Amino acid sequence: MAQSHLKAVGEILAKHGILVAFILFMIAFALLNPRFINSDNLLGVVRSSAILGVMAIGVTFVVVSGNLDLSVGSMMSFSTIVVLDLHDKLGPLLGIPAMFAMTMALGALIGFLVGYLKLNSLIVTLGMLSAIHGLTLTYSGGKNMDIADKDGTWFGFFGQGELLGVPVPILMFALLAAGLTLVLSKTPFGRKVYAVGGNGVAATFSGIPRARIVFYCYLISSFCVAMAGLIQASRSLGSQNTVGQGLELQVLAAVILGGASLLGGSGTIFKTVIGVLILGFIQNGLLLVGLEFYVQYIVTWVIIILAVWLDIAAKRGQLWSPIA
Amino acid sequence: MSAQAPVLELKDIVKTFPGVIALDHVSLDILPGEVHALMGENGAGKSTLMKVLGGIYQPDEGDILVAGEKTILRTPLEAKGKGIVFIHQELSLAEELSVAENIYMGELPRKSLGRVDWSKLFSDVDEILGRLNCNFNAQTIVGDLSIANQQMVEIARALTVEATTVIFDEPTASLTDAEKVVLFDIIEDLKSRGVGIVYISHRMEEIFKISDRISVLRDGEYRGTLKASDTNQDELTQLMIGRSLEHTRPDLSQSNGDVALEVKGLSCGKLFHDVSFKVHAGEVVGFYGLVGAGRTEVAETIFGMRNKSSGEIFLNGEKVEINSPADAIAHGISLVPEDRKGQGLVLGMNCRDNMTLPQIDDLTVSGLTAPQSEQEIFKKYRDQLEIKTPNWKQTVGNLSGGNQQKIVIGKWLSMHPNLLIVDEPTRGIDVGSKSEIHNLIRELAGQGYAIIVISSEMPEILSVSDKIVAMFHGEIVHTFTSSNVTEDKLVQAISGIYEPENAA
Repeated sequence: MAQSHLKAVGEILAKHGILVAFILFMIAFALLNPRFINSDNLLGVVRSSAILGVMAIGVTFVVVSGNLDLSVGSMMSFSTIVVLDLHDKLGPLLGIPAMFAMTMALGALIGFLVGYLKLNSLIVTLGMLSAIHGLTLTYSGGKNMDIADKDGTWFGFFGQGELLGVPVPILMFALLAAGLTLVLSKTPFGRKVYAVGGNGVAATFSGIPRARIVFYCYLISSFCVAMAGLIQASRSLGSQNTVGQGLELQVLAAVILGGASLLGGSGTIFKTVIGVLILGFIQNGLLLVGLEFYVQYIVTWVIIILAVWLDIAAKRGQLWSPIA
Repeated sequence: MSAQAPVLELKDIVKTFPGVIALDHVSLDILPGEVHALMGENGAGKSTLMKVLGGIYQPDEGDILVAGEKTILRTPLEAKGKGIVFIHQELSLAEELSVAENIYMGELPRKSLGRVDWSKLFSDVDEILGRLNCNFNAQTIVGDLSIANQQMVEIARALTVEATTVIFDEPTASLTDAEKVVLFDIIEDLKSRGVGIVYISHRMEEIFKISDRISVLRDGEYRGTLKASDTNQDELTQLMIGRSLEHTRPDLSQSNGDVALEVKGLSCGKLFHDVSFKVHAGEVVGFYGLVGAGRTEVAETIFGMRNKSSGEIFLNGEKVEINSPADAIAHGISLVPEDRKGQGLVLGMNCRDNMTLPQIDDLTVSGLTAPQSEQEIFKKYRDQLEIKTPNWKQTVGNLSGGNQQKIVIGKWLSMHPNLLIVDEPTRGIDVGSKSEIHNLIRELAGQGYAIIVISSEMPEILSVSDKIVAMFHGEIVHTFTSSNVTEDKLVQAISGIYEPENAA
C-alpha cells in the first residue's frame, strides 16, 4: 500500500514537481515573514526578476536544442553599454534597433560556430563570455557609460515606466514569455527544436536542417539578451561594463530548476518562468528572513541540486537506482 | 538422473510500468546443467524479466529464489555475487580499456596501497582467454576487437565468477558460423559443470539445437514450458504469437510499372563506385551483401545523407539533384534507417510527434501546428500497422522494438513516398512482427510503391524481393531476378566469387 502511495506521489512530482516545490516554498516564507506575501513585495520580486527571466526564456531554446549558452551574461553587458552609448550618439529611436542588430550579430556568430561548424557549445560560449567582455571594454574604453541628459529622455520607459498600472519590465517579460511559448510549443520550428535536441541524428534523417535550427536558437537567445540589456540600460540610464557578470549561471540555474534537461530535448518556457520566479523569491525571502545576501548563493545551489535529484528520482520512481 | 533442486527460481513475478503490465505473475525455474531457452515476441517481457534477475529492476510482487533461498537483488553487483551472470545482447564494454580491465571491471586485483596488480590481472585473464580459444590477449584494447570478439570478452567475464546461472541474451546476433560453434562448445562446457543456462534467442534452429527446455512468454504472461525434444517450431510459434504463421511466400507481383528510380554510375569516394540500377513502381529490389559492402551507403547517398562524388539519379524519368535529406524528402524519397534508435526515432518524444516529424511544416493552420491533423495521421497508421501503444502521448522509448520500427515505417508511409528505402527492416524484431513487416512490404509493392529493401538476412531478402542486387566491396556484382536466384549463387556473389555461366 505504502508503495503505491509513494508511486502516486512520485508521479505527481514527476509531472508538477517544480510547481509543488514553488508552492511549498512560498508557504514557508510567508509563515516566516508575513511581509513576504505583501503584494508590493511580490510585484517587486517579479519586476527585479524580469531581466533574468527575459534571458532565461532565450536560453531555454538553446538548452532544448541540446546546447549551452554561457555567453549571455557578458553579452547583456555589451547590449547595455552599446545602447547607452548609441542613445547619445544616434538617439534612442535609431540606437535601440542598432543595438539589437549588433547583439544579434554576436548570436549569429555563436550560432554559426555551434550549428554549422558543429563546435562544442560549452567551449564556444565560454570563449565568447570572455571575448564579448573584451569587446565591451574595448567599445567603452573601460569607462562607465552614462546618458548625458537623464531628465530629458523618454528612454527610461522600458525599465521604469508603467502601462495600465503594470511595470513595463514585467509587461515585456510576460509578452516575450507568451510569444515564445507559442513559438516553442505550437510551431513546426518549436517541434524541430525538440527533435534536434532529443536526437540530432534522427532529426537529420527526418529532413530537419539541424544546423539551421541551432543557429536560430542562438539568434533567439541573443534577441532576448538584447531585450534584457534594453531593460537594464533603461532602468539605470547608466552602467558599468560588468553589469551582466555572473548572470549566465543564474540563467542556467533557472532553466535547470524549471526541469529542462541539459542533454536537450525537454523543457518549456512556462517551467523556465517558474524557475526564474523561484530563484527570485528565494533571494528575496532569504533577505526578508534576515540572512545576508550572500547566503543566497549557497542556498540557490542546494535548491538546484535538490530539484535535479527529485526530477530524476520521480522519473525513475526510485530515489536511487544502479542504472541511470 | 533424479530431479535436482533448481539453481534459480522465479515465483509469481509482477512488474508494472506506468500504463503497462510488463510481467504478470511469471514463474520460471532453472535447473543445474540445463539450457533453458526463453522465447517470446519483442515486448513479451523477456528483457524486463532478465532485468529483474539482474538486479536492475525490483519486482512489484513475487520472489526470487537462489539455490532455494529467498533473495533480494538490489544491484547488478549483488546479482553477480549470487552467481547470476549476464551476457548482454548490447555489449556493455568500455572500448578504451583493455580486455583484462573490462573483464575484472570493479574488482581489479590489488597490491599494497590499493595499487592494481597488473601482472596477476593479465595472467589470470590470459588463462581464461586460453580456455575460450581466443586469438587476442589480455592487453588488447577492446575497441580494436571485432564485435564477435567483444562478445567473447563478455563471455570471458562470466567465467571469472563461480557462476550458478548464466544468461545469454541473443548471443549469436553478431557471430559468424565458426564463432557460433565455439560459443556452443562453451555452453556445453558450462552445462557439464552444472551451471544453469538461460538462453534468449529469436532463432529457432539454435533453440532446438542447444536447449533442453523452452519457456514462452506472451504479453507479459507465462505461457508454458516445453521440453525441446517434445515440441516443434510450429507449436512454439503458436504459443508465442497466439496464432499460426503463414508459411507461404507472398505473391510476387510482376513488375511492369514505370521506372520510378534510375541510378546511373553513382559513386561515393571509396565507399562504392559505379553503381547503376533501376527500381520500377510496384517492385521490391533487395540489396544483399556483407556489412561494409556499401549497401547502406548507396541508400544514404540517394537520401542525401552523403554527397556523391559522381553519377546521376533519375526519379520518374527526371534527373534530380539531392544534396540533403530535405531535398530527398521533397522528391518523395523515404528512408527507414538501419539504426532504429540512433537514426530513426527521437526516443524521448511521443509516438505522434515522431510520426509526423518529416511533414510537420505541412501540418499547420496559420503557422501553428495542427494537432487535429497530426492525430489523424497517427491514428491511421497506428490502426493500419497495428502499433501497440496505450495512446499517442506514450514516449517512443518505452515501446518494444517491433512497435518502434512500426512507428518509423508509419512515419515514412504517411509521406506517400515515390520511393521507399527500408534498411534492415526487421533487425532485432521478433518472429511475429517480422512476418507482419514482410507482408506489409509486399502489400505496399502491390499498391504501386517502388521499394528498396536492404538486409543482411538471406531468408528476408529472398522472401520479399522481386530483384536482388548483390554487392561486394562497393560494387554491384550481379542483379538476380526472383526466378533465377539461388542461395548458393547469392552467397558466391556477395563473397566476390560469382561467375555468371553465360555472361550476356
